Amino acid sequence: MRRIYLDNNATTPVLPDVFEAMRPYFSDQFGNASSIHHHGQQTRAAVEDARESVAALLGCRASEIVFTSGGTEADNLAVAGMAGPGDHIITSSIEHHAVLLACKHLEDMGAEVSVLPVDGRSLVDPGDVRRALRPNTKLISIMMANNETGVLQPVEEIAKIAAEAGVYFHTDAVQAAGKVAIDVAQIGCNALSISGHKIHAPQGVGALFVRKGTRLQPMLYGGRHERSLRAGTENVPGIVGLGKAAQLARAAFDSGDDKKMAAMRDRLQQGILAGLDEAGVNGDSAARVPNTTNIHFDHIDGEAMVIALDLKGVAVSTGAACSSGAIEASHVLLAMGLRPDQARASIRLSLGKQTVDEDIDIALGLVPETVARLRELSPVYKRPALST
Amino acid sequence: MELNTQTIAVAMSGGVDSSTVAAMLRADGHNVVGLTMQLWNQRRLAGKEGMPESVQGRCCSLDDVYDARRVAQQIGIPYYVVNHEERFERNVIRPFVEEYVSGRTPIPCSLCNNHLKFDQLLIVAQQIGAERVATGHYARVAFDDARGRWLLKRPADASKDQTYFLFGLTQEQLSRTIFPLGDMTKPEVRELARHHGLALAEKPDSQEICFVPGGDYKRFIDAYLAEQGEALPETAGDLVTTNGEVIGEHGGIHNFTVGQRKGLGVATGSPLYVIQISGANKQVIVGGEEHLYSRTLRARRINLIAVDDLHEPIRVAVKIRHRHEPAPAMIERTGPDEMLVTFDEPQRAITPGQAAVFYDGDIVVGGGWIA
Repeated sequence: MRRIYLDNNATTPVLPDVFEAMRPYFSDQFGNASSIHHHGQQTRAAVEDARESVAALLGCRASEIVFTSGGTEADNLAVAGMAGPGDHIITSSIEHHAVLLACKHLEDMGAEVSVLPVDGRSLVDPGDVRRALRPNTKLISIMMANNETGVLQPVEEIAKIAAEAGVYFHTDAVQAAGKVAIDVAQIGCNALSISGHKIHAPQGVGALFVRKGTRLQPMLYGGRHERSLRAGTENVPGIVGLGKAAQLARAAFDSGDDKKMAAMRDRLQQGILAGLDEAGVNGDSAARVPNTTNIHFDHIDGEAMVIALDLKGVAVSTGAACSSGAIEASHVLLAMGLRPDQARASIRLSLGKQTVDEDIDIALGLVPETVARLRELSPVYKRPALST
Repeated sequence: MELNTQTIAVAMSGGVDSSTVAAMLRADGHNVVGLTMQLWNQRRLAGKEGMPESVQGRCCSLDDVYDARRVAQQIGIPYYVVNHEERFERNVIRPFVEEYVSGRTPIPCSLCNNHLKFDQLLIVAQQIGAERVATGHYARVAFDDARGRWLLKRPADASKDQTYFLFGLTQEQLSRTIFPLGDMTKPEVRELARHHGLALAEKPDSQEICFVPGGDYKRFIDAYLAEQGEALPETAGDLVTTNGEVIGEHGGIHNFTVGQRKGLGVATGSPLYVIQISGANKQVIVGGEEHLYSRTLRARRINLIAVDDLHEPIRVAVKIRHRHEPAPAMIERTGPDEMLVTFDEPQRAITPGQAAVFYDGDIVVGGGWIA
């Protein structure tokens, strides 16, 4: 069975060039990057090369990049690093749980948190941000692109509001990096998170941009790695992979790959919706990253659809998995105003650099037919089960 | 069972029975998909109102899901966890609480079978392309050509017979259900599990209601209502003898069940048992053991399996609770959805809220809920 992978927002395959770049660092070049001998010097050089590549992708200085174990750690480091008990934090209802729960944790420790609502397109209103400011507001954290819908937030406007108020602004760009061009100076943020495994680097590595002059409290104590902002022996192969992936991502923009990606995504989206009633894109009229489409199909169960498609070899996702692996309704879709049954009837398809036209063709052959079959089956029984 | 290309979904609980079923069917060459239903979040009530802080080894606990998933990986089948918490709460938990608070003793396992395992799960199975569902229940199902009906029968291992909880299954549900363990004994199942190399071959069986850790249903009810922000309905009232004489007070009818002897709070020299619980006037009627026996009961919300309808009284054997030897009785229809059961011999502690299940030898004729 030919498997089609359309869940790149969950994770992406490591590109062959990225893997090749990492390979020596598992064998000959294994030194601890902090060691002063030859072996350490080798890996130190590799780490700093990678740092420069990531900085180039984000438009910042190498010294402003802190390597972490991934996007979740970067988000946590930003939130806990820039705010504390007694401070007020402004965030949104559609943030990734890494930001939401980090804020919740600070709230339990005595911080105040305002969680701003979003409109039907899942957009934050910068006016709401301004109105939420308090004398003790310390940090605003609003994501750049949402992982479920792909919708892009007005981060530049929000950064201006933060700057005027003298408040820090962090943006979770985990789903934006590599998909849309990022220039941290143009955005005007103090901090920005990215994750390796969303841009074809391996799992277990990420980075936080921290603008020079921004005070950040570390979370991990130990060695003086990352300018004492993040202790722990560097994950050299991972960092090298992230660096290479960042390089490739930047080059891809020059080749117009993002436009090609958008065209494939649009073809998939239009093809699925053609001839289907009571279906639509969540976050349709908002600007989105070029690889994502989140579609609701009324009157079916999204969970059953994901499973049915998986059994046919097409990988997509819906909502978020809880610890047992069961699906919970997406807090993002609910925040956008979808009814719980509609949120449950939504699936997310997300393309990657390795996605080809043939994948779209196969998906178009299977997705609409699965929707049709599920609609036929719903509701199922003519005679209801014994009720009490 | 004959091999065909259809897919069978196996309801996997993480226990040795359903795990063995999955392994068996896979080894026989069937197309198998493992499914676990996430029905109740054990962490919701953890630590509240005296509930244990951490719950292990209970249905839907992470440990059980982990075990089921590992078995699926080991035998090489796709495995999914599906979320039906909302439906479970609505169709099993809520009625469970309401029954107790009304003075009846509920059977959540039957409700779960009717609404989740053989309703919702069959729907999910069909949606994902599996025409039939197999479970680890000890029961037998077969199509009877003479009657033109699907029959539910008792299993080979009488000590594990779960047909009492399955009386509510419809013809449609039975037509799509397989019980591969129906002809096996528990020791044989464990042996088969070992043969398939399943590490959980020795895992102990769960005996309690899956969402009540430790079996303390009163604590569960308190914790659940507190979590819902609802007050426990005030059902304190009088303890009354069978003659109507008030001999004491009780703190709430949900604390009692018919046949109960302990916890009455009164001593009269001879043993007293709960004879009847009257939700309407919040009375708990107590009396001597002789009052616990009755020859009749009314069953409502009947489901018939072996026959289409009852046109005249018939002779069957009736179980009034899971641990009960079916007792000979006549059953007759007394209303559109009601039957009168008249036992040959008086039966002890007939309990409203329990099920009365009718057997004709091994065949489950049907059953209803004791009024």
